[in-house]
Amino acid sequence: MASTLLAETPRGGFSFENCCRNQFFEQKGIKAPTAYKTGTTIVGLVYKDGVVLGADTRATEDTVVADKNCSKIHYISDNIYCCGAGTAADTEMTTQMISSQLELHRLNTGRTPRVCTANRLLKQMLFRYQGHISAALVLGGVDSTGPHLYSVYPHGSTDKLPYVTMGSGSLAAMAVFERGFKPNMEKEEAKKLVRDAIAAGIFNDLGSGSNVDVCVITKDKVDYIRPFDEANLKGQRQGSYRYKKGTTAVLKTEVKKIPFEVVKKTVRAEPMETV
Amino acid sequence: MDPMLNEESSYAPKQTYFSPYAMNGGTCLAIAGEDFVVVGSDTRLSQGFSIFTRDLPKTYKLTTSTVLGACGFHGDVLTLTKVLNARLKMFEHEHHKKMTTSEIAAMLSTMLYHRRFFPYYVYNLIAGLDEEGKGVVYSFDPVGSYGSDGYRARGSAAAMLQPLLDNQIGLKNQQNVQRVSLSKEKVVNLVKDVFISAAERDIYTGDAVVVHVITKDGTTTERFPLRRD
Repeated sequence: MASTLLAETPRGGFSFENCCRNQFFEQKGIKAPTAYKTGTTIVGLVYKDGVVLGADTRATEDTVVADKNCSKIHYISDNIYCCGAGTAADTEMTTQMISSQLELHRLNTGRTPRVCTANRLLKQMLFRYQGHISAALVLGGVDSTGPHLYSVYPHGSTDKLPYVTMGSGSLAAMAVFERGFKPNMEKEEAKKLVRDAIAAGIFNDLGSGSNVDVCVITKDKVDYIRPFDEANLKGQRQGSYRYKKGTTAVLKTEVKKIPFEVVKKTVRAEPMETV
Repeated sequence: MDPMLNEESSYAPKQTYFSPYAMNGGTCLAIAGEDFVVVGSDTRLSQGFSIFTRDLPKTYKLTTSTVLGACGFHGDVLTLTKVLNARLKMFEHEHHKKMTTSEIAAMLSTMLYHRRFFPYYVYNLIAGLDEEGKGVVYSFDPVGSYGSDGYRARGSAAAMLQPLLDNQIGLKNQQNVQRVSLSKEKVVNLVKDVFISAAERDIYTGDAVVVHVITKDGTTTERFPLRRD
């Protein structure tokens, strides 16, 4: 029929049009472009009144820093936040997708969403894609049943723990946690421990760097502190690198008069001022 | 062809690959002036995503007027400098005088080419004063090809630094600029700024920079900190 006149509403989900072509390229030896990964150190811990999430702010493309101050703590709902490690696009899109699904669920049920619901939605989606969505997440929040913290792996497995770390700097961060964690810590203690764990990742892991972001979630409010600690400042520049006018040679100068019509003239009396 | 069907190969014996080389990161650069040379390198030694040490400069003093900058695989750097120093001593004993910069450069080239079929995985820079006291920089590839330049960056952040040096020292892509001879202080400041920029974007460059300034009166060394993340 005349389907060219009727625009088709785009179907949701992934489009696999390029798969055949990409496989052909790989056989020919043409490498696929690398995705932006977030080298990363992300952590979460449960303390007396809630959950503290922490993350570094460096995004790398192989060995080059692509973004010095990216935000890795994503909003899922008012009481649930999620840190993401792995391919940046995957963590961004996955958390947005689950956030939107949770919002619809909240409107449907009329209740504040639970962290275990977000966990279920995430793991079911990631398992469906068999690990091809490279998103390793630290999910934390406070709901009617209390504070909860989960770590979600790219293949879809999850762990429910009092303290977790993910990303390339997870070993450095976990070393700090294992030394310093106690159940039912105070807020300032918990924030400091999270900051120390992320700092361990920032300084000892080359995939993580720049600043520490912290998100404190309690029953009543969320404190999104970005940056919590600017651990690395750029050095002071010694010289000036401004270019003089003419450094890019001017080949031709043309001055054109813009023709315009006078539409209205207003004459207004203004008192003379003698100051 | 369903790509999933090929997954059966996960049960087949895997071939592990042993590589005799490793990439230890790091950046060095050298800039030649009228009567001086400035050589700088960062001090970070790393592999993969880990740091081995924050305090290993990649510059090695060969004689009072020549400095070697070497980055790449640290194992080969150590052996190369050991052999180079031995050869320098042998030359001195035989000829009763120190090797000049251009002689060292020529010798390094033959040493590297000698290992043409199992190379030293090292990117070298020889910087020093020539017989007339003018600054000169030689840069090498891993198998010994070399040439003299006025300035050169080598190592993991070389691709980021070289265009900046081309613009600021070689005055490339600038019209209507006067070629002024650069003073020592301006060059050292430029080296500092250039390393600050490299440390921002290259994960293998950071921790500290060591800068040597070689003049006929000797070599002064300066060290200043960089980002440690």
